[in-house]
Amino acid sequence: MVTFCVGYGVVNCGISGTPGRPGLELGYLRSLHCVEATLDMDQKVLKKLVESISDTVKSFKKGEVECLIRIFHSLVERADVRLDNIGLDRNTFRVILHRIFGMTDDMLMNRVFFAFDKDNDNYINVKEWVKGLSVFLRGTFEEKLKFCFEVYYFNGDGYISQEKIFDMLKNSLHQQSPEEETDEGIRELVDITLKKMDYDNDGKISFADFEKAVKEDRLLLEVFGPCLPEAKNCLDFEALAFQHILTSTF
Amino acid sequence: MGVALTRSAQWTAAGHGARTLETTPLNEAILEEIIMFVESFIYKHPQEANYVFVEPLEWKTNLDPPAFGSGYVVREIRLNPRTVKNDIELLKRFSGKEEQTVLESIEYTSDYEFSNGCRAPPWRQIQGEICYVLVKPHDGETLCVTCSKEGVFLNGGKTEDEGEINYERKGEIYKDLITLLREKSAIFSENMSKQEVGFNEEEQKKKDRPNEAPKEEVAASCKASAASCRSALEKNRINLGRSQLTKRLEPSLNWKTTIDAKENKSSLRDTQEEKHGGRLEKSRSSISPGRVQLIRKNAEKIEEIISESSSESEEDEEPPEHRQEANADLPSEYWQIQKLVKYLKGGNQTATVIALCSMKDFNLAQETCQLAIRDVGGLEVLINLLETDEVKCKIGSLKILKEISHNPQIRRNIVDLGGLPIMVNTLDSPHKSLKCLAAETIANVAKFRRARQAVRRHGGITKLVALLDCGQHSAEPTQSSLYETRDVEVARCGALALWSCSKSYANKEAIRKAGGIPLLARLLKTSHEDMLIPVVGTLQECASEENYRVAIKAERIIENLVKNLNSENEQLQEHCAMAIYQCAEDEETRDLVRLHGGLKPLASLLSNTGNKERLAAVTGAIWKCSISKENVTKFREYGAIETLVGLLTDQPEEVLVNVVGALGECCQEHENRVIIRKCGGIQPLVNLLIGVNRALLVNVTKAVGACAVEPESMMIIDRLDGVRLLWSLLKSPHPDVKASAAWALCPCIQNAKDAGEMVRSFVGGLELVVNLLKSDNKEVLASVCATITNIAKDQENLAVITDHGVVPLLSKLANTNNDKLRCHLAEAISRCCMWGRNRVAFGEHKAVAPLVRYLKSNDTNVHRATAQALYQLSEDADNCITMHENGAVKLLLDMVGSPDQDLQEAAAGCISNIRRLALATEKARYT
Repeated sequence: MVTFCVGYGVVNCGISGTPGRPGLELGYLRSLHCVEATLDMDQKVLKKLVESISDTVKSFKKGEVECLIRIFHSLVERADVRLDNIGLDRNTFRVILHRIFGMTDDMLMNRVFFAFDKDNDNYINVKEWVKGLSVFLRGTFEEKLKFCFEVYYFNGDGYISQEKIFDMLKNSLHQQSPEEETDEGIRELVDITLKKMDYDNDGKISFADFEKAVKEDRLLLEVFGPCLPEAKNCLDFEALAFQHILTSTF
Repeated sequence: MGVALTRSAQWTAAGHGARTLETTPLNEAILEEIIMFVESFIYKHPQEANYVFVEPLEWKTNLDPPAFGSGYVVREIRLNPRTVKNDIELLKRFSGKEEQTVLESIEYTSDYEFSNGCRAPPWRQIQGEICYVLVKPHDGETLCVTCSKEGVFLNGGKTEDEGEINYERKGEIYKDLITLLREKSAIFSENMSKQEVGFNEEEQKKKDRPNEAPKEEVAASCKASAASCRSALEKNRINLGRSQLTKRLEPSLNWKTTIDAKENKSSLRDTQEEKHGGRLEKSRSSISPGRVQLIRKNAEKIEEIISESSSESEEDEEPPEHRQEANADLPSEYWQIQKLVKYLKGGNQTATVIALCSMKDFNLAQETCQLAIRDVGGLEVLINLLETDEVKCKIGSLKILKEISHNPQIRRNIVDLGGLPIMVNTLDSPHKSLKCLAAETIANVAKFRRARQAVRRHGGITKLVALLDCGQHSAEPTQSSLYETRDVEVARCGALALWSCSKSYANKEAIRKAGGIPLLARLLKTSHEDMLIPVVGTLQECASEENYRVAIKAERIIENLVKNLNSENEQLQEHCAMAIYQCAEDEETRDLVRLHGGLKPLASLLSNTGNKERLAAVTGAIWKCSISKENVTKFREYGAIETLVGLLTDQPEEVLVNVVGALGECCQEHENRVIIRKCGGIQPLVNLLIGVNRALLVNVTKAVGACAVEPESMMIIDRLDGVRLLWSLLKSPHPDVKASAAWALCPCIQNAKDAGEMVRSFVGGLELVVNLLKSDNKEVLASVCATITNIAKDQENLAVITDHGVVPLLSKLANTNNDKLRCHLAEAISRCCMWGRNRVAFGEHKAVAPLVRYLKSNDTNVHRATAQALYQLSEDADNCITMHENGAVKLLLDMVGSPDQDLQEAAAGCISNIRRLALATEKARYT
């Protein structure tokens, strides 16, 4: 029925070990757009779902929402829309992040997963999927700002603490010297970021700090590691995902 | 080594463009040397041979010539202005009509000596030529000899007509003048041996002086042995220790620094760059040894000199080298920046972006920080980042490069590190903000010639011009991301970079060829000041080229320039005025400025004198616009003439030149002359006659001369001793000042009371004027002829100038094709006929036959003046015969029918004199 299949084997081996360039893989995507033809869905239910999602996510047209729902279902291999609680698990989602959106960092991909997973049930349901993609693909600066902050403070108390920064940056230096020296280097790097971003000098970064720093220099948006897809990957994804809408309007 | 060889090799003298090597013994010797050196080099120095040299390596040394031993290219012939001058002066002393002298005469072709000691015109100095001498040996024809750095050779001689020298080499190159003359004249050679004793004494004296020539050989040979010396030198340096290092090592190049003065701008720059390059190399090697690869070819440098225009206003002053002393107290920023650079080097993308953002927090406008980044090796890393795929890193890097490239030293470092080609490639990025940053950084870096050239060489001009087109095709898919920016911004940055680049001639051409003008014209229609300033700046820079002026007219750009004169922004006003100044040489453009209402804003900008740059641009535009009479009328209506007079005092020279130029144009009309006198303009104008600025003097003399047409003004000028001041300007070294002063003297003599007495009161003045007839500048000659015409109106003065030999000097000029000179010469001859036996003397000096030929000219003014001169000359029977023989009668008969009454009368009078003589002869024959 559905020709698309997620490579669990790859996920199990660990994504970071995947050789070759991450990003949009043609085969992977080609499998996505045959989804439409094969998906057997209750039109009424689908329509209702589209309506309800469109009420909260304004950046997509209804047709686009429909496309995203279809893709979602092809990804979870469930055509039954009524089973609302079924979603993408962490590994599946990481494969998507890696292969479609070109992300590489394991830890950050986990954090992105949790940023998508608003209800913390360890699955991304269809609403969370569309909502998350709206930030990825059409997010305003403010939305992205909030999203990145959520990724970075991850399950915390609303602050990015010094330790969390250390965790996120600990792989950011090429290890040439003994471990202690590298650790020392990272600690200094943490100090540098705090000096730059911790405006209220409380030793941690609040959303207000983060917002102020990023507004001053947009390069700081993904300061602790890439958690948004690159523009090129987004364009390619949109082009393929919404392909039939584009062609049908002409 | 390349530089040394390029200089010593003998090139074909053929003007501009690519020169080729000549087949001469010297060149063959040099080639042999090169081959031998290159062939053995890989075996002797295998390690050094691995270095790829793309740029000559140079440095200064205090080693003595003997330290190099033999075997380097020291055979090159290196003359310099001093040695040449000594030789010539020495020969002069032993020249004369007497038998025992070595030569009959030896003379320079030009008596003007540039401050560097050369007499060759600047464009020939670039070819290494120093001066030209006319040598008359006892046996044989006069020789016209070129003395150049490479040696001495015969040139094509002085052409009969124009008095120009044919610079083409016509014979072998000799190592000095004496060798050449020994070869050419047997008597010279013979008498030289007789004179040897005295001569040698002279020579000895010369040698005792600090002699530049061998020193230069040191420099050359040092360069020549660059590769092999390098390691030795480095060792040397370490041994010498710091005290030696800090001392400026100045081995030679004395000659260079003198010749390179003002006249030889391009080679000066080159020298500076060489020096700089050398020094840089030296200091850099301590940081990262073996950085010899980046860099450019020697051949390019030569091409550079030829291809780049002299119009460049250069920043190319050698920036003072500030390098942190190793032990000096370093500011804390230095260590912090060093730490950040460490992260740039050893971090992944995330760490790099953090480090870049943090680096930006330093005060990058401060030189300490700029140099700290460079000194800890940050420039290399920043440039390397531009070659990665990480957009964020590239943006961060460019943001820093953009700031620190305000520093002239950093600019040069960026170019030396090969940063420009990478930035040029970045212009192709799909990310607009990257394009913008790259263009802005290029705008900062391309402030000197070599950088501008690098931008062009790597196709940067085309890409920058393409940026101007941004936003016109908004249909194309754009990758919108958070780091993006608007299309207008892209175009603005493109214009900014083009503005910097447009200071080189070749780039101006490249911009035009890439279709930049219509795009600039379109951008000019916007109303954003930050866009308009670079756009108008570029146009103003390029308007120095005829091609652009035509295009500016065609693209209807003048209209928008005029519109922006009304802007609030002073810089924009300045550039608009400057562009108008450049373009208004063209009559149609001047009319366009008026038709679009540009004269009023120009006139009103005059009242704001605080901003001197803008004032200079505005007065410049007014000057050029005043060349059209209609415009002058408008300016008078707007009260601009009075304002201009007010600007004659307490202004910088750049402003004064233009103000006086404008007044000079206004003075062509009676009404304006009255205004200028009435608002007290004469006195400040006359005061300006005591000055040294050449352009200013040309304009002041013209304005004073124009005022002198008014008898009332003339009285004031006379009272202020203006005539004496004008007269002394005849001694100016600049021909244009001389000519302009001589023209100004004409109305003064015409309108002064007791003009004859006044002229006589200038001691030596008449002799000075007569001697100016020996000038080889046509304009000077014409103006002096006109002055002589006026002087000769006074009998007593005519007698004096006759005694000073005015007749033979005027006669000598008769063979000319220049109609302006012909006209004034004929008038002068006509006047000078009025004394003693001058008529006869003109005949004896063969002035009559050439004058007859003037009647074939197309210029009626020439006809009139010539007919009058011939009428005067025809009072002498022999002259009549000459005229008749040269077919004057037929030509004059045609002139009798002319509508010009003076011409008619003079022609008829002349014919009647000839006829009367013929009748008398016939009568004599039959009786």
